Formats: sequence, structure tokens, C-alpha cells
Amino acid sequence: MSVIVYLENWEGKFKKNTFEAAQYAAKTAEMMGTDAIGVTFGEISDDASVIGKYGLNKVINLKGDDFKEFNNYKIAAALKDVASQNGGDTFIISGTFNGKAVAPVLAINTEAGLITNVTEMPSSTSPLTVKRSVFSSKGFVEYSTEAANRIIVFIPNSVGVTEGEGSAEVNEGSVSIGEVPAVNVTEVDRVKGKIPLPEAERVVSGGRGMKGPDNWGMIEDLAEVLDAGTACSKPVSDMGWRPHTEHVGQTGIAINPDLYVAIGISGAIQHLAGVSNSKTIVAINNDAEAPFFKAADYGIVGDAFEVVPKLTKAIKKFKAEN
Amino acid sequence: MKVLVCISHVPDTTSKINFTADNKEFDKNGVQFVINPYDEFGLTRAVWLQEKQGAQVTVLTVGRADTEPTLRKALAIGANDAIRIDADPTDGYFVAKQIAEVVKENQYDLVIAGRESIDYNGGQVPGMVAAMLNMPFVNACVGLEVEGDKASLIREIDGGKEKLTASLPLVVGGQKGLVEEKDLKIPNMRGIMSARTKPLNVREAVDADHKVAVGSFEKPAPKSAVKMIDAENVEELVSLLHNEAKVI
Repeated sequence: MSVIVYLENWEGKFKKNTFEAAQYAAKTAEMMGTDAIGVTFGEISDDASVIGKYGLNKVINLKGDDFKEFNNYKIAAALKDVASQNGGDTFIISGTFNGKAVAPVLAINTEAGLITNVTEMPSSTSPLTVKRSVFSSKGFVEYSTEAANRIIVFIPNSVGVTEGEGSAEVNEGSVSIGEVPAVNVTEVDRVKGKIPLPEAERVVSGGRGMKGPDNWGMIEDLAEVLDAGTACSKPVSDMGWRPHTEHVGQTGIAINPDLYVAIGISGAIQHLAGVSNSKTIVAINNDAEAPFFKAADYGIVGDAFEVVPKLTKAIKKFKAEN
Repeated sequence: MKVLVCISHVPDTTSKINFTADNKEFDKNGVQFVINPYDEFGLTRAVWLQEKQGAQVTVLTVGRADTEPTLRKALAIGANDAIRIDADPTDGYFVAKQIAEVVKENQYDLVIAGRESIDYNGGQVPGMVAAMLNMPFVNACVGLEVEGDKASLIREIDGGKEKLTASLPLVVGGQKGLVEEKDLKIPNMRGIMSARTKPLNVREAVDADHKVAVGSFEKPAPKSAVKMIDAENVEELVSLLHNEAKVI
């Protein structure tokens, strides 16, 4: 037995959730008394040996035409083949958009027990038992699987990552993919310079209290000083003030950053469902009765148009001094 | 074109979530059930394909008789017929197997399911159905056009979007963007009346494994009381975020 981890890269670069996946795999392997092997695809511009700082000794880099663009079937077939070459029975995948497209296909191909939406390290590896979030963060439950192969998909930023020492050995590998269903990617459009929400450590979010899309400058300013992603509530995205990709909440993106700053958002139960896993929540609202204050750690009752610029300034000053 | 829309019967988004006293099950007492919001976008898109391109739309759920009002609502929105597989949908693999059997038998060109359900948030079923049938799978789909046996799609990716094309048959994991929120179909009186007489076929489940076992439920730990900070004193918030919360 061994642990196989999908080390996603974005145009050759690793991100924090790649390291989080590596560390999750290394710790799981330790619990099982075995090794974890990382698999990454395509040309890597980062030095892949840095993965060693998160506990992995071995990374396999798979290159070639099969992996130039994303195809969930090809990634799943490759992970399966790496597992069969190395006695892998446990797969770790970060719950990114790509990870979520790979996992169910891999589960069918390897007849694995698949546990998704995981928020903690396993409590046992025999049988594999791990806590996951359900009812859009309104509950948790332990799942276990007795299947010979098993896959864990964890929620990005839910278990965290700490950098240590070490250097991984990186080797090119080869796998057989076979015939898989085809899709043709015609265009990839990534917003430059924005922090994608699922992996953001800090998020600044605006609601209807912002009164209109023209007022988003102050949200962006605060996000910039905090090195945060920007988000919005459902009504804001429905009215077209902000793109759907920024909608956080039950039917948008569920996030769990270290810091969530909610500005002019009342805190409807559907919104809270998507953000309540945030480690620290700040609510700024002119209505002292806003339900968000019941879910927040820190609250300011006040006019966002006055409070937010002041807060941005104060954080700037703090950062300059520290 | 034959389209299958897979629907989950889930607690309304405003529901308070409670578990039974032994924490073994979700407590359905006093809970209103609805069509899973992620599925509604796919259903409306399917009905659009029916109206504009003559598609035949079937809705399916895996559930007991208490899920039938949810299927009737989908019929009222415009689906032509409905299938209920009479089983408890407690395991992603089991549910996917049920759906895959129906797809194999009825030869659908397009299968649309929500990218996840808002109850168990598994996000497993559409991808598993695709893999069982060896069909292309496009998850987190925010755009879908069909012409002949070709589909043009847009899927959400981390930090952006990806455009792609694929041949039918195809499985889509849908979300908002397949149609806009304001374009979601709401049943009208004529739809509700006609839904009563549209076919709703109940089928026995096929044998399939359960790959996972469900343990004890728990609610999130209660939040400690909020600390209110004076609007004139944002420096105090900065200091708390640094010293107490340690997030800046």
C-alpha cells in the first residue's frame, strides 16, 4: 500500500493548496506506515523538489501531449497507473474545480470508496474514517469506507499547511492512458492578478449595502491591503453588479478562509452556509440587528462608506509599522 | 435529442438543520423540501432546449414516495416525464449506478445533474455516471449550447473559465450560469395542472454496492459572542485581528 497525491499546478506553478495536498498525503501515509508519492502533470516552471518541504520524498512528473490541456479522464487514468506501479491504494485530491472533476472518474476506474468535502485529517486509516462537511457547512459527519482503494477529496484551506525542511526527488514517469472520452479545450481564460476564492486565505465581500457596482473600489482597496480575494453575496451577483464567480454562499462558492470581512451583507442563512467555516469573521453593517453579527467574531455597526476606507487606511498604517 | 435531468430532493435553503437524538440521521421534521438549486439551472436549460430545439426532457430522482412532489414540480416547470427510482439515496456510487442503468436503457444524448446537492455536498454522482458509461464529463458547467451531436460548453476553473467542445452523449455537472438566476423557470398554473397528468414512472432499484458508511452527525461548534467595535475606533479591530485572531 502507498498514498498517491494529485499535485495540481497552474501553468507550471504550484499553489498553497498543492502543498496542502502534499502534506495531507504525507501525514496520511505516516498514519498508514507507508510512503506518499506526488504526481504532477505537464511542464513545471517551479522547482518541484520544494514539495519535499511538505513531507513528500518522491514526485513523479508526467509530461507529453496527453497532459497539455486538462482532461479529467486522462488525469484519472494516469493516477490509477501510477498507483498500480507503486502499490497505491489511497488517493489524496484537493477539492479544486479540476480535482472535483477527476475524483469521481478515478473512483469508478479503481472501484474506490470516495469521500469528498473532507475538512480534517482521517481519524483512522483502517477502515479509512474521516470527517466531512454536510448541509452546506450546517453539519459534519464521519464517513468511512472498507473498499480496498479509497479517495479523499478535502476542501482547500480546511486542514492548513506548515512548511518544513526537505527536498523531494523528482522523476519523469510514464503511464498508459488508453482510449478515453474526448473533450477539446478551445480557450482558457484566467483572470490575471486575482486570488481565486476557493484558495484565498483572506476574503473581502460586499453585499447590497454597497448600493451599486460603482462603489466596489473600496472593497478592492481593502482586499488589496489585506492581500485578499474579493467576493459578493447572491443578490449582488444576481443583479449583475459582480460576476457569478465572486458569489459566495450556499449556491455559489463555499469558502473557508482565515479571515472573512462581510461588508453590507445582512447575513441570510443561505449566505452564512457558504462562509461560516471561515476561521475569523468580521461584519460591517449599518443595521445593528443584522443577523450577521450573530455569526461574526468582530462587528462594527456603521456606514460602510465611512468605515471601510478608514479600516483600509488603518491596516496600511499597521503594515507599514510592523 | 433526449435529455435526462437528474434531480435531488433537498431541504429548502432556509432550513435549520437538525439531527435525530442519536445523531444517526438528518431530522426531516418541519423541513420543506425543494429541487436542489444546482439542479434547477440544468432543468431550466433543458426546458429551453425543449422549447427551442425540440428536445424531450425526462427528470429523474432516486428517492422514496415523499420525493414525488419535487418531481411534479419539475414536470410543472416543463419536463415531459419523470422517473423515480424507489430507493434511499444514501451513497453516491449507489445513486450513480441507478442513473447509469436508466441512461443505458433509454439512450439519452445529454445527462444534466447539479454539480453537487446542497444536502450531502458530495459532488460525486454526475462524474460517476459519466465514468460508468464512458461519456465525456464537464463539471461546474456555466454555459451549454447544443448543435446536432456537438456541444459547446464553458466550465468554471480556479480563477477563470475554460471553453470546450465535446460530442454527445455527454454528462454535465451544472450550476448557475447554465441559465441566469432571473431566467429560472417558475411553474405557472397551466404547468401545474398539466404536471398532474404527465407520466411519473416508478422503478425498482438495481443492486449496487454502498462504498461508504455514514457515522455520527454533529453540528458546528457554537460561535463565541461577537465583539463589537466602535465605528470610530477601527484601530482596535486591526489590533484584535493581529493580536487575538492572528490573521493579519
